[in-house]
Amino acid sequence: MTTPHDAREALMTGRRSDGTAVRRPLSPHLQVYDMLQMTSLSSILTRITGVAWSLGTLLMVWWLVAAASGEEAFARAQWFMGSILGLLVLFGLTAAAWYHTLAGLRHLLWDWGFGFELPTMYSTGRMVFIGTAALTVLTWVLAIVFWG
Amino acid sequence: MAMTDMNNGPAAMRTALGRVRGLGSAKGGTHHWWMQRVTSIALLPLTLWFVVSMIGLAGTGYVDAVLWIGAPVNAVLLLALIALTFHHMAAGLQVVLEDYLRPESKRMLAVLAMKGACALLALASAVAVIRIVAAA
Repeated sequence: MTTPHDAREALMTGRRSDGTAVRRPLSPHLQVYDMLQMTSLSSILTRITGVAWSLGTLLMVWWLVAAASGEEAFARAQWFMGSILGLLVLFGLTAAAWYHTLAGLRHLLWDWGFGFELPTMYSTGRMVFIGTAALTVLTWVLAIVFWG
Repeated sequence: MAMTDMNNGPAAMRTALGRVRGLGSAKGGTHHWWMQRVTSIALLPLTLWFVVSMIGLAGTGYVDAVLWIGAPVNAVLLLALIALTFHHMAAGLQVVLEDYLRPESKRMLAVLAMKGACALLALASAVAVIRIVAAA
């Protein structure tokens, strides 16, 4: 047998009573779960929106560096962010950011020791989804109202 | 806990150091987890301020943007936002990479590369703000 690279491999290998090596079966994993239930969905979305927001920070970096570089570079950045694609990206980023923020507040509540009961978990999960939709729309209504 | 351990069984003969030896380094302990929470709380008002400010700047031009970034209070808050955003982002992405990447060598390289990228993005943003302040 080769040297395992992953420490978890040690748990996967065993021997039969006659001494031959055997790979132990893996217990049921992702396929046995309903991935769309509130608990797992709200959890994985926190991670996905966090990664999306990480990519979104590139827009902030671009905006700041362009502003420091001069009028021409700034105009390019502003042209992109005002384009259909740019606005779509910014809208998606707003939704991801609000979701991650509200889900983060939910996590802080758990860290504080509250909200572990399943009914509470479901209601706070719903609040995060509804809050994301409401705050994303509110953000863009304000952006359009104050445009210019 | 230590008292009862010491009074029961063979552990009574072992020092605290002896008991933890061989269990591996504690490294950062809870530091990573704690800093993720602290930065997240600090980022709540900072990010809200940034979003509200961006709404205020929407549709305005280069001069307005540079004047806004260069204003002392805005520049200080922007630098804080940059530092905390990239700290929180690196901490979060580190956990994602550590969860999905095997083997250890690949994981370590990816985490180091990601942290390097975060540091460079943070520095580029900070230098941009400082340059605008210096020019104002």
